[in-house]
Amino acid sequence: MLKLIARRMFLGLLTLWAISIIVFLGTEILPGDVASAILGQSATETTLAALRETLGLNRPAYIRYFEWLGNILSGDLGNSLTNGMPLDRIIGLRLWNTVYLALYAAVIAMPLALILGLLCAAYPEGHFDRGVSSVTVFFISIPDFVIAVLLIMIFAVELGWFPMAIHRPRWEDVFGTMDKTFLPMVTLVLTLLAHVVRMTRAAILDVLKQPYIEMALLKGASKSRIILKHAIPNAMGPIVNVVALNLGYLISGVVVVEVVFTYPGLGRLMVDSVVFRDVPQIQAVAMVFCGFYVALNIFADVGAIMANPRLRYAK
Amino acid sequence: MTDAVVTSAAPRKRSKRARPRPDGWAWTGIVIVVIGLVLAVIGPWIAPHGVGEIITGVYAQPDDLTTLGGDVLGRDLLSRLLHGARLTVGVALAATVSGFLLGMAVGFSAAEIGGRYDDFVTWLIDVFLSFPPILLALIVIASLSSDLWVLVGTIAVIHSSRVARVGRAVAMNIAALEFVEVARARGEKLTSILVREIWPSTIRPLAVEFGLRLTYSILFLSSLSFLGLGIQPPDADWGSMVRENMNAMQNDAFVAVLAPAFAIAILTVGVNLIVDWLGAQSGRGISEELTK
Repeated sequence: MLKLIARRMFLGLLTLWAISIIVFLGTEILPGDVASAILGQSATETTLAALRETLGLNRPAYIRYFEWLGNILSGDLGNSLTNGMPLDRIIGLRLWNTVYLALYAAVIAMPLALILGLLCAAYPEGHFDRGVSSVTVFFISIPDFVIAVLLIMIFAVELGWFPMAIHRPRWEDVFGTMDKTFLPMVTLVLTLLAHVVRMTRAAILDVLKQPYIEMALLKGASKSRIILKHAIPNAMGPIVNVVALNLGYLISGVVVVEVVFTYPGLGRLMVDSVVFRDVPQIQAVAMVFCGFYVALNIFADVGAIMANPRLRYAK
Repeated sequence: MTDAVVTSAAPRKRSKRARPRPDGWAWTGIVIVVIGLVLAVIGPWIAPHGVGEIITGVYAQPDDLTTLGGDVLGRDLLSRLLHGARLTVGVALAATVSGFLLGMAVGFSAAEIGGRYDDFVTWLIDVFLSFPPILLALIVIASLSSDLWVLVGTIAVIHSSRVARVGRAVAMNIAALEFVEVARARGEKLTSILVREIWPSTIRPLAVEFGLRLTYSILFLSSLSFLGLGIQPPDADWGSMVRENMNAMQNDAFVAVLAPAFAIAILTVGVNLIVDWLGAQSGRGISEELTK
């Protein structure tokens, strides 16, 4: 099993490396390069050439790529073009805000979703299941910014219970911040919930179709025993997978939600840097996000390996 | 609409008569999608006013001139919705279709050719799948601008990796069948095998995938526009209309935000209702598709 996990991690690193090439090339095909982005309107041919020289933009792309990769690996992310601040400080600050929001949403969404999914699978096609399915298909179908807008409209504008915009979450005051970040959290929870409930339900129903479940049924085991003792251990792998994949899904949710609520997280930083064409910032934030994404994918696979008894012992 | 998963457990007859007709929910979906398509074609023609025409006050109440009232600049909300229909539906459809063509070409050829080529394609698909779609889109838009064709191309590429994976899996089974073997022995060319032998047999299994991808296109485009990185003013799709009218909420003009938001929601729910029904037919519900 260790071999399998090590192999998976190596593949993850390989993917991350491929991603770094895409990120670098993607931002390199900019029609105007970094130099013209810095100088903006005031650029003349001579100043452009001079700046390109100082920034080293005249060297071939592959050399700059390895330099950039080396810098990132040694923890030097460079400076933001927008305000000249070191990126590791900006990103460090924003990262914790995003982690706060994502954790807040995940801690509430995941247990709730697993329980709902389990109940749906226990009584498939019952009233409860049909009700939950209809609601989840609705929340899967509508964009997250629409959910956010509706929540703002009802709870911030009409009722005035929660603020419309959140300026800074405070880790020192975790619980005090929770009600301020309540609406963004609910938005993320609703979108996450819909996906995870449906996937959990499908994963457990899939296991319930197996012959050994029929065997348990025939020998007279009770429904709760079948689900808890027979189905869940085997559904664990797919469920861990579902949870990890959806935490990855949080990434795109977070980008939109942070913009709606003007929340100072990494997602909004990414969108802002795209608007201002701040290339080093785009590259750095994209790599942080992708790192998380790949890590979650590895975690999903490792979880599936650990949960699968057949893979637990090396052949 | 909820029996997608369970019906898949029961063995299903494949005869034509056994195929159930669309139920109430599926019909609702079909009606919604047809209306959406029709509006995309005729919307800009039946719109009472131009897309950028300022004709009334900021967030004006509905009157004789404007059916739904004014937007953030005093343009006719209804007219902008009708113009937006073409962009939202058109771009989503174009992106989905081209993503499908690209994905099927890659996936089918990988299944048919096999060997090194197949390994390489599979690896490439995996790399693309491990890239959060929103980041890919943001990077491409940052470097190439929010041109209409860039948007279509980006969403298409995002789709193609997922379609290629599903298409490859489906085509693998078909490429092993006798009639494809015969076609190969007859000396048919690769393109002919892919288009005339493999493709027709994949239509039914891939129909669900198409619906899911279409919903995703609509959601994705709307989100990009909402972030200000999709369709650029003065043009507007429904996503950017939600964005530009956001502060209508503090001005008690909820309809300016709600109308485009609901337009998106109704359209995507409509597509998903059809997908759910199709999924029940082929034993592949939304839930199974999502776990891939």
